[in-house]
Amino acid sequence: MKRWSRRQILQASLAATGSLVLSSLGIKRWVWKPNNNFPVRILGPSFAAGHQLRDGFAFPPPSEFKKTDVLILGGGIAGLSAGWRLQKKGVKDFKILELESEVGGNSRSGVNTVSKFPWGAHYVTLLNEETRFARELFEDFGIITGYQNKVPIYNEYFLCQAPHERLFISQKWQEGLLPKVGNTEEDLRQSKAFFELTEKYRKLKGADGRFAFTIPLDFSSRDPQFLALDQITMADYLHQNGWTSKPLHWYVDYCCRDDYGTPHTQTSAWAGLHYFCSRRGRADGVDGTTVLTWPEGNGFLVDQLREQLNTHLIGESMGIHVNQTSSQVTLNVWDKTKRQVTQWTTKSLILAVPRFVSSRLNSALAEDQMEILKAISYSPWVVANITLGSIPKSAAKPSGDAPLSWDNVFYGGGSLGYVVATHQRAAIHKDKTVWTYYRPLDHLPPPNSRKQALSKTPDEWKNLILTDLSVAHPEISEQIESIDVWLWGHGMIRPTPGFIWGRARAAMQKNRGRIHFAHSDMSGISIFEEANYQGVRAADEVIQHDLG
Amino acid sequence: MALLFLCSAFVISTCGLVYELVNGALASYLLGDSVTQFSTVIGVYLFAMGIGSYLTRYMRGHLALTFVGIEVLVGVVGGFSSALLFVLFAHVVHFRIALYVVVSITGMLVGAEIPLLLRILQDQFEFKELVAKVFTFDYVGALLASILFPLLLVPHLGMIRTSFLFGILNVIVALAAIHILGQKSKAYQIVRGTAIIALLSLVIGFLASDRLEAFGEAGVFPGRTIFAKTTRYQRILITRQENDVRLFLNTHLQFSSRDEYRYHESLIHPGLNSVAQPEKVLVLGGGDGMAVREILKNPKVKSVTLVDLDQEMTRIFTHVDFLTTLNHHAFNNSKVKVINDDAFVWLKANPTEKFDFIVLDFPDPANYSIGKLYTTTFFKLLHQALNESGRVVIQSTSPLAARKSYWCVAHTLTAAGFTHIVPYHVYVPSFGEWGFVMGSEKPFQAPEQYVDGLKFITPLTVASMLNFPSDMSDVPTDINRLNNQALVRYYETEWSEFLVN
Repeated sequence: MKRWSRRQILQASLAATGSLVLSSLGIKRWVWKPNNNFPVRILGPSFAAGHQLRDGFAFPPPSEFKKTDVLILGGGIAGLSAGWRLQKKGVKDFKILELESEVGGNSRSGVNTVSKFPWGAHYVTLLNEETRFARELFEDFGIITGYQNKVPIYNEYFLCQAPHERLFISQKWQEGLLPKVGNTEEDLRQSKAFFELTEKYRKLKGADGRFAFTIPLDFSSRDPQFLALDQITMADYLHQNGWTSKPLHWYVDYCCRDDYGTPHTQTSAWAGLHYFCSRRGRADGVDGTTVLTWPEGNGFLVDQLREQLNTHLIGESMGIHVNQTSSQVTLNVWDKTKRQVTQWTTKSLILAVPRFVSSRLNSALAEDQMEILKAISYSPWVVANITLGSIPKSAAKPSGDAPLSWDNVFYGGGSLGYVVATHQRAAIHKDKTVWTYYRPLDHLPPPNSRKQALSKTPDEWKNLILTDLSVAHPEISEQIESIDVWLWGHGMIRPTPGFIWGRARAAMQKNRGRIHFAHSDMSGISIFEEANYQGVRAADEVIQHDLG
Repeated sequence: MALLFLCSAFVISTCGLVYELVNGALASYLLGDSVTQFSTVIGVYLFAMGIGSYLTRYMRGHLALTFVGIEVLVGVVGGFSSALLFVLFAHVVHFRIALYVVVSITGMLVGAEIPLLLRILQDQFEFKELVAKVFTFDYVGALLASILFPLLLVPHLGMIRTSFLFGILNVIVALAAIHILGQKSKAYQIVRGTAIIALLSLVIGFLASDRLEAFGEAGVFPGRTIFAKTTRYQRILITRQENDVRLFLNTHLQFSSRDEYRYHESLIHPGLNSVAQPEKVLVLGGGDGMAVREILKNPKVKSVTLVDLDQEMTRIFTHVDFLTTLNHHAFNNSKVKVINDDAFVWLKANPTEKFDFIVLDFPDPANYSIGKLYTTTFFKLLHQALNESGRVVIQSTSPLAARKSYWCVAHTLTAAGFTHIVPYHVYVPSFGEWGFVMGSEKPFQAPEQYVDGLKFITPLTVASMLNFPSDMSDVPTDINRLNNQALVRYYETEWSEFLVN
């Protein structure tokens, strides 16, 4: 048994008396208070239900039969956008079926007593002129309030407030994400050259008169000189240009991971450049690089769409089997709460779900999609919402450091940092706050890291997140009230080389009779505008071909 | 035993004088005017000692026990007196009453000690010897206290801890006496128990008095810190140097009582007097009530709504004596309604109520949080809340020290939709050259006369305020938006350059 020296006993009793006295006086900061037992919850989409379908669970035969003109399976942005489009075009009889209890997909959000917060997608960049449908949607929802000389006027509350971004590097917070410290002359030269090039590409048009890069990306130029970029990785592209700078590579890698959940060594150079060169959106009176964001992230857009489409939405419903004849499509749907199967008969079906899901709906479809499934992969993600009782002292501004910003990133870490959910609030003081922590699980091939992620315990997630955050915020566990962890097994389509302009993606665009597809995986990049475009496009096809 | 009691005479007198000095020093520290404070405190204290002495004639029975009991009481009352007064200062309406009550009680208790001691020792010494001995120890103790107090105690321990320390000494002497007397009676046990509890609480008080950290900041700011509190939102610090009371929020000076009339008259009257029917007035910020004091000078005003984030600010400026003297009890006026809320949130949630005159009296845009209150988005809310014939006025930092910052506010007001902008400035000695901007739908016509009771504003001074010399005239700036917070950047750069040069 360990014997205590007199000195230790004295120290311990002094500390105990001291903290007793001090705590009785309410002086919290002097009291040693280990805080490591806040609740950690693991949430996420319904893996169990999805895996029933994958593993050939024997669902009962249909016990209920329903009819609708258009059936949309999947209530993410693509499915909701398809519904929005149908509604605007005067189609009244349609339904949107969603596996979860809430629609929204990757753009879902949550709320607690402190704030709303995103569970995934959390911003949209200013829209290009070509991004017509998203613009129309933004006009409908009061996000674009008007135009000044053709330049959109955005609702000021939705533009990201200053300060926007900061990076923790060499034990300090700097403004902006491109590393500013520790650069050699050569680093600076390479960064400059890289941004000059992206600026050039941003304005560049191909032989067909289209922009080299735009959104929706299907409107981009097909000039072979640009499409060739899809054959190599972004990292290789930098090397080919002689750019070896470590800070530059870190930054470009960060951007690829942030937008695609894929490291730049696995991202197509076309997709990598698309990130930098496709955005030409402007806003009246505002810098063009700004973004639109909300405390609940893109959940704001979901809420607007949900309100608009409320009577058409049916939750807790999983499509399990599809069948089509020349005049109709039937879809068997598993009701997770009633535990029964409903058979929907429809003139037209939009599968607004990831392709790996739709391929499970019947064997013919599975065979048909085999080539596609071989070519596509999805990146797993973890998103954690961390509720803080107060803003950690280390997040406030020590002299010379950049202040707490909307987006806060750590240099060199495995995560993408955190976004402050309360940043967009009008109120001055925020004693409690929620931080949304993002981390693509791209350290292993997707199937392996997906498996690893699903087996992690809450404690393991907690340690991973705390280890990461404590680099910049060593005392953060003192402030944490809870951590909610959301696992996205198939978070985003990965734009690996050859995918965006290859055969597989081209094949994905084709409908199958009265079955249409709408999902951002058909674009190869997972952003709001693409999902919206795919939804609207599918709705237009349906109206043209099946409802006539 | 006789020696013990003589020693206690020494300690008693040291402690007694220390309490007297502490109370006097604390009163002059908090209230200013040290001659008055010291002489009244000493006077009251001595008079109370007289009462205490007189009352000893009614004390009978076991005198030694009574003596020890009083000693414990002196220790507790004296020991806690300065901490108590310091806390009361920020919370009671009539601080002086509290002060003299504390001084009187201490004095009475101390005054009872020597007569009791004389009676206890009367059988041990001859009368002439007794008086000589007791008073010798008494006066030597007084000398020691008067030397220790300014040279050692106040500089090293501060006033609050000094009181606690001497309270502790007092009680220790009492405990020693109990021990030596060695009686086992129940009364003794009770006194001893009380003494031990008293000792413990004084020790805790001594250790925890750091919490009243206001004194620690003295020296950083001009004058002495007389109030300091960190609220949920900011650090409020009030200093006094003679009759100059200064308020600092997060180390930024908000007013000096010597010249704040220049600032507040300029903030309010040119704008308020130029509105024909200024019935409903809104003040955002301005939790010190000075702007409201000026507004209430205008008889046409029927109601004033003040929205300030910090409840502690409006509380002290509603209830604390020396502060309500400064704002003429503005918050107790029946026309005034005080709301503690975030101005942005409040204004956004109240889009229908309209006002004739709106005053923005926020701290300078030194950080992104306050910067929000100077953006187009916020100014548009002001525009909505303003009657068509109304006017807003905004305190807008110094056009001389922070020229771009100042003009950025003016340009942002234009961008937010105000048709007529009137920039003006005034010299406030404690601030330097200071700027304001008015905005309205109707053009500004400088009033030809002003309400009574002003020290500074006349039609002539206002005319000069409208003129901007070329070292602070209009410069092009960005518009301050939530999205860019251009103003905070200007402000940081300009003030840090101004203060360095």
